Amino acid sequence: MSGVRVLVGTRKGAFVLSSDGKREKWDVSGPHFAGWEIYHVKGSPADPDRLYASQTSGWFGQVIQRSDDGGATWAPVGNEFSYDGTPGTHQWYDGTPHPWEFARVWHLEPSPGDPDTVYAGVEDAGLFRSTDGGQSWHELPGLRGHGSGPSWQPGAGGMCLHTIILDGPARIYAAISAAGAFRSDDAGQTWRPVNHGLHSEGIPDPAAEVGHCVHRIAMHPSRPSVLYMQKHWDVMRSDDAGESWREVSGDLPTDFGFPIDVHAHEPETVYVVPITSDSHHFPPEGKLRVYRSRTGGDEWEPLTKGLPQEHCYVNVLRDAMAVDSLEDCGIYFGTTGGQVYASADAGDTWEPVVRDLPAVLSVEVQTLP
Amino acid sequence: MIRVVLPAHLRALAQVDGEVQLEVAGQVTQCSVLDALEARYPVLRGTIRDHRSGQRRAFVRFFACQQDLSHEPPGTPLPDAVASGTEPYLIVGAMAGG
Repeated sequence: MSGVRVLVGTRKGAFVLSSDGKREKWDVSGPHFAGWEIYHVKGSPADPDRLYASQTSGWFGQVIQRSDDGGATWAPVGNEFSYDGTPGTHQWYDGTPHPWEFARVWHLEPSPGDPDTVYAGVEDAGLFRSTDGGQSWHELPGLRGHGSGPSWQPGAGGMCLHTIILDGPARIYAAISAAGAFRSDDAGQTWRPVNHGLHSEGIPDPAAEVGHCVHRIAMHPSRPSVLYMQKHWDVMRSDDAGESWREVSGDLPTDFGFPIDVHAHEPETVYVVPITSDSHHFPPEGKLRVYRSRTGGDEWEPLTKGLPQEHCYVNVLRDAMAVDSLEDCGIYFGTTGGQVYASADAGDTWEPVVRDLPAVLSVEVQTLP
Repeated sequence: MIRVVLPAHLRALAQVDGEVQLEVAGQVTQCSVLDALEARYPVLRGTIRDHRSGQRRAFVRFFACQQDLSHEPPGTPLPDAVASGTEPYLIVGAMAGG
């Protein structure tokens, strides 16, 4: 029977949660890299035994870990992320120029076809690539250098490149807080912003090319021109590969949130976790509810069975939701309270896999043969 | 032989227990000790000082012989007691955060 491996990054280490295809009983291993912040762990689609992890510390900087045996053992690989050429400046919170400084890797995106090729989204925002299994990293400077870079400003969590979507050999999407969404059609050589239709409070120019606080973008591989976005406020949809966006928040109780994901087999089925507001990073009414739309947005239903419906004041961060590709699509998400919830029936019912981990930063899942 | 004490997280990363002992050729300075340390344990590159500039990371401090050497120029000779191995060179994660 096939199974799943859920890769969890937390404030104090990484955890690997494994189960068979029923997803009822779980083995938990960890903490790996105990005491370090693990921003992201992700497996290679080309080789499920190949995992990459971003291990960071305010004291000791960045480490990239690699596993070649599905997370049983790990070894550090390259950790030098040097911006291409003279880094230049972006805007600081007060609007003054601030030098580009590497802080950490937020997101690792392994190539679908080559386990040794992996992309890294970093803070301060930049996109790096390794083609030697993480030993060396080289920036794709066209993104930072396409022209608007000096006007980018950090969001409250830092100026991070948090979303990387690889669509075929040439097209790449990247999203940056708080610069917005960008697209390359030439494998990362050149880039342009794709933010038309986004409207953000605090940006007086309705046609602003950059400056939008995009929290997360999701795509279904069978329909790569359709993108879903959770923005700071607003859930958005594009049907033309980001050329234009329209709001699909519909009847959500609040359209603020962080993660967004798409059902593995139903490209019109989308999941979000509404959060009260940008000043109240917890679910409305103390009820943890995932919302599902089966219509590609606009019409949403709350999913509550098995989730706490009182006194719940956790958050779900942008990289902390994932879907498996088993026949009955599994959905997973982790909270800042240290719970990881799993649904083996596309969100109808939920069970906690673990309840007391450190705050969860990221959740990914591998569907194993 | 130079004795170096690493903070717990870096000991785990380098997979060492207790003190590290290093041979340092030539003059014993903070820079030459860190060069020798990183040559022995390449995984520590970038965790104590910047890869390219060599600048100490903000929350890492250097001590020896009850002195804070964090702001000394990297090429300054370390105390004789460190160079002779009588006293260890301490690399410390600053007490900050929670």
